[in-house]
Amino acid sequence: MTELRGFYTLWLREVKRYLRDRVRIVSSFVTPLLWLVIFGTGVRLSLPYPGLNYQQYIFPGIIGQTLLFTSMFMGISVLWDREFGFMKEILVAPISRTWVFLGKMIGDSTDAVIQGIIVFVLGLLLGIKLNIFTFLELLPIMLLVTFGLVSIGLTLASFMGSLEGFGTIQSFINLPLFFLSGALFPLRGASIPNWLQIASRLNPLTYAVDALRNVILGGAWTPFQIQPLWMDLGIVGLFDLIMIIIGTWAFTRMK
Amino acid sequence: MTHIIETHQLTKAYNSLKAVDKLDITVESGEIFGLLGPNGAGKTTTISMLCTILKPTSGTATVNGFDIVKEAMQVRKSIGIVFQDPSVDDRMTGRENLLMHANLYGVPTSEQNNRINNVLKLVELEERADDLTRTYSGGMRRRLELARGLIHYPKVLFLDEPTIGLDPQTRDHVWKYVRELKEAHDITVVLTTHYMDEADRLSDRIAIMDYGKIIALDTSSKLKETLEGDVITVKADNLEALLSVITEKMGLQKAHMVDDALEITVQNGKSLLPRIVDMATQNKIYVESIRLREPNLEDVFLHYTGRTIRPDTTKELHGLAEARRRAAAR
Ligand SMILES: Nc1ncnc2c1ncn2[C@@H]1O[C@H](COP(=O)(O)OP(=O)(O)OP(=O)(O)O)[C@@H](O)[C@H]1O
Ligand SMILES: [Mg+2]
Repeated sequence: MTELRGFYTLWLREVKRYLRDRVRIVSSFVTPLLWLVIFGTGVRLSLPYPGLNYQQYIFPGIIGQTLLFTSMFMGISVLWDREFGFMKEILVAPISRTWVFLGKMIGDSTDAVIQGIIVFVLGLLLGIKLNIFTFLELLPIMLLVTFGLVSIGLTLASFMGSLEGFGTIQSFINLPLFFLSGALFPLRGASIPNWLQIASRLNPLTYAVDALRNVILGGAWTPFQIQPLWMDLGIVGLFDLIMIIIGTWAFTRMK
Repeated sequence: MTHIIETHQLTKAYNSLKAVDKLDITVESGEIFGLLGPNGAGKTTTISMLCTILKPTSGTATVNGFDIVKEAMQVRKSIGIVFQDPSVDDRMTGRENLLMHANLYGVPTSEQNNRINNVLKLVELEERADDLTRTYSGGMRRRLELARGLIHYPKVLFLDEPTIGLDPQTRDHVWKYVRELKEAHDITVVLTTHYMDEADRLSDRIAIMDYGKIIALDTSSKLKETLEGDVITVKADNLEALLSVITEKMGLQKAHMVDDALEITVQNGKSLLPRIVDMATQNKIYVESIRLREPNLEDVFLHYTGRTIRPDTTKELHGLAEARRRAAAR
């Protein structure tokens, strides 16, 4: 009971801090907007997917990208807390590290999902056809996608001493995950080298993006999907579980 | 259980450096226990171990009857701590910081508001309670931290340099709170400081720590008594004559020359001052100045460590140290 209340407090803290950071929220529109406008309307890549235009194709990918970058970046909250000293208050509290980790992780995931919602709304404004049911279906899926990614960010941050180090390591992970996910261009088919296809298949984000496409594009995507939605979610869920276990362990040994 | 804290050979080593070296102390329930020592003495390390933040390299300790390693969670529930370094969330308001703390420590929801308002009143932060703490001054943040440490009614409150960086007025306030707390809630307080006056005015007992070891532990007055007594410093036109008057006619044996003055160590300095002046006048010696120093903790510290607590303390102390060295050489 006490643990749950502690968890709730830490969750609420992450969300409140995020909502108070207006600069972060405003700047969070800018990148996806640029991608959607420049790539979505400027670039006319020919897709091997009849019936889909490029903007429709990358829109779920941009949501995936936003979730990835925001989630990984959230690890920085650990470094800030250490820098500004609040981490000591958390670490000395009578609440287990598992709940500390979960509170922070789910709080950060909530923030990343809010970011995802912003991109979703941008899509509406840019005239991408979407509806409320898609939105409602998307919410839990976005949350599921962020758990594992936020856990990676938190784990890395718990090992890092400095903000700079965290930034560097983060981009080492972000960019390969992003480019190998099929978010921007297809990574399947005869024209793609085998090693690239394999690398893409090993990337958990590939399945996250496929899941987002399955939901957002619906029937139009079904013929081209990697696998059905439930299988995507199975893989993402497994990835989450592994990362959460690692993250909890990382927090247990944190000083 | 009268000993709320007990340590047995408690040690923390960083490589070859023993930050805390085989510490054996007991703290009585309800007392204010002062840990006094210079920078790097091992005060924060000691507190960190007792608060379960650091694992000891060897040795054991109990807080409120719980082992600091095996029963860390129970220990955490028993304690409150004000860290040496800032630890409030600056993007949250004062009240939010307190509420978070109350939730983390499982304060019943029905009591939270009440307790938060009480501690806010105690540290006089009611009016600023709903402002973000980043808009607070350093002293206000410190007071908020103090308030926070109290919300869950800890059995033991650890204060690591609670008044560092505060103005004298606010320091006075903090001292007042700490004393009030101890009386009102029957809390045991462990306080570290390197301010002599703070240790002196607040603590029931003081442990002087240096290089990870306790080198003296007693009440402030007992510690001072271990020194020989008050020191009277006299300047006069004829010191030689004065010295013989004082040693022969007044029978004060612990008198000697220091540079251009005479230092006399006595038990009852206050009553002797006028008599010394009288005797000098009777013997046609002109007294230029006369000064009385009652021993303070600074002297106690010097006595036990052979050093002043901070390198840049007053010249007066250096003079005193030199006098002692000379006295010892004789
Ligand atoms: N993480 C660490 N790694 C190595 N040495 C450390 C570490 N933490 C503390 N020390 C060393 O342990 C010794 C005791 O440090 P501690 O912080 O306990 O001193 P303190 O009495 O609190 O001093 P201050 O008055 O400056 O706060 C110091 O010599 C310090 O350099
Ligand atoms: Mg310290």
